[in-house]
Amino acid sequence: MQRHLALMLYIAICGLIVFLVKAEWINAYIQIVIMFIGINIMLSSSLNLVNGYMGEFSCGHAGFMAVGAYVTSILNMWFFTKGNLFGDALFSPSLSVILFPVTLLIGGACAALIGLLVAIPSFKTRGDYLAIITLAVNYIIKSAIENIQTIGGARGFMGMRKVVNAMSDTVPLPWLMIWILVFTGLTVVVLHRFVSSTFGKGVVAVRDDEIAAEIMSVNTQRMKLIAFMLSSGLAGIAGGLFAHVLGYINPGSFTIMKSTEIMVMVYLGGMGSLSGSVMSAILFTVLMEFLRPLQLFKWVLIPLLLIILMMFRPEGIMGHRELPDMFPKLRRLFPSREV
Amino acid sequence: MDIQSFFQNLINAMQWGSFYALIALGYTLVYGVLLLINFAHGDIFMVGAYIGFFVATFLLGSYAFHLPMILSPNVVFVLTLLITMILTAGVGVTLERVAYRPLRRRGAGRLYIVITALMAGLILENGNLALLGASRRAFPDLIEKVVYTIGGVTFTNVKIIVILAALGVFFLLETIVRKTKIGMAMRAISYDRVAVPLMGIPIDTVIVFTFILGSSMAALAGVLFVSAYPVLEPYMGAMIGWKAFIAAVVGGIGEIRGAFIGGFVLGFIEIFVAAVFPSTFRDLIAFGILLLFLSIKPTGIFGVARAQKI
Repeated sequence: MQRHLALMLYIAICGLIVFLVKAEWINAYIQIVIMFIGINIMLSSSLNLVNGYMGEFSCGHAGFMAVGAYVTSILNMWFFTKGNLFGDALFSPSLSVILFPVTLLIGGACAALIGLLVAIPSFKTRGDYLAIITLAVNYIIKSAIENIQTIGGARGFMGMRKVVNAMSDTVPLPWLMIWILVFTGLTVVVLHRFVSSTFGKGVVAVRDDEIAAEIMSVNTQRMKLIAFMLSSGLAGIAGGLFAHVLGYINPGSFTIMKSTEIMVMVYLGGMGSLSGSVMSAILFTVLMEFLRPLQLFKWVLIPLLLIILMMFRPEGIMGHRELPDMFPKLRRLFPSREV
Repeated sequence: MDIQSFFQNLINAMQWGSFYALIALGYTLVYGVLLLINFAHGDIFMVGAYIGFFVATFLLGSYAFHLPMILSPNVVFVLTLLITMILTAGVGVTLERVAYRPLRRRGAGRLYIVITALMAGLILENGNLALLGASRRAFPDLIEKVVYTIGGVTFTNVKIIVILAALGVFFLLETIVRKTKIGMAMRAISYDRVAVPLMGIPIDTVIVFTFILGSSMAALAGVLFVSAYPVLEPYMGAMIGWKAFIAAVVGGIGEIRGAFIGGFVLGFIEIFVAAVFPSTFRDLIAFGILLLFLSIKPTGIFGVARAQKI
């Protein structure tokens, strides 16, 4: 009982949110904000694995997100809707409730495979040169999507709303919200279990001293491979959800700007702090919504905030610490992190 | 591709390569001295182009204030170049003073400075967009375009000026870095950051000088760019800046020769890809080649792998 307190707490909160949405006590705008918070948590904590825990500088996270978004959307459109692109629906739309998470996972797997494009060069290069590779991968993905005319090219791809509607027609529940909450929880749990496992400590060892880690029998190549693939795979799942929240995606949504936005969340929260990433994703999303009246000046103010943060608290909100390190009483909730 | 269009593309590639090279210089100079990727540099290029626009329109008398005499467009062009280079160098130095130096003084990690640079670039872009609006501006024609045709290959005098300027800057910078005292100090700082201040070399002065050089070259590129393609918009620096950065890395970041060779290589790849394939494949193939190249030779053309101490 004690062991699963945090999990139960999360399930209770999720249940409450789903109930509120179902009872229509919170309006569509707040629902969207909650969904974006979930997606941003997934994005920032998955990038934190590479940029924070492994100490690399990956600035092409939006590229992997794009892969996931496109693969998931195409699969869903192909399976459940009748369109001029794929012809009749492959399955009955009522199956979408069961198969939607499967398509998300396939999208994530494809993104993880694309992650190999970064992971394999990372065996030989580090630091600045690897940063360029991630950047190039982001451009390559965006440019490749722009050049495939059958999926819309630069015009974008749409119609995912039908899949979302098909799900709630079958079983009248806010399915998209549920899946976002489930996958957000799953992401955080997977990453938390991974980095606090004996095996996952190898990632931190690679950051601190690669050569020493290699001598101490950490298989650095495998560690990098796993970290990059896990990170990009989770980003792919987040991308799939992102596509279904918006109902429309185009390659322009997955530029360096989007990658920068995710990086801002990681560094705001603190490198190598999962709870920091979660907190900063919530903070950032809410801040963006509050600053919406400022329009363009929003994008002046947010970088300025980050510069000031870098000057006075360069390690981010949390630094390398987790929430239980600051408030020891919380340790009851997260018993797996034994020091 | 026949020989005629080959030479036509060659000249276009030389021009694009010159732009990339001029901007890549700024990245490489700052990296050479500070080991800092100055991600705001592409936006310094944009600021340079805008400053050039305002200086040029001011000198032409487009505002309420008129100069006592009417200057000929060629004089205006030269004056615009000089004033823009000075003002943009000021912007670069201000950026260094306000954003990077406090962090350096505190001994913050390199990563934090890189993030600050990225954010400073965003501020320049979006600040410009918010203050001046999203409308595009047209740069006035300062140089009268003359079109030459030799053996079916046409080129304008602007292209010649751009290519000559890039070559001139290359020799100037090589001389400064290799032959002068301050160039020696720049190389020394990149060699050993700790020992150099102990030898009585004013490290801050050298860094400011580096930023002056890099920013004024970006301004030069900016004014030349809008002379060739007379459209100004706030995001013009983003794409070309990233690409110039890639050029600097391909050449081996920290090496002036590398920035030039890398710039021209990228220019050639882009133009010839666009000539053979549909032009939408340009980025895809250019970045694909880059990825392949960096996987094989991670340090770039002129870069030397530093031995890692254990």
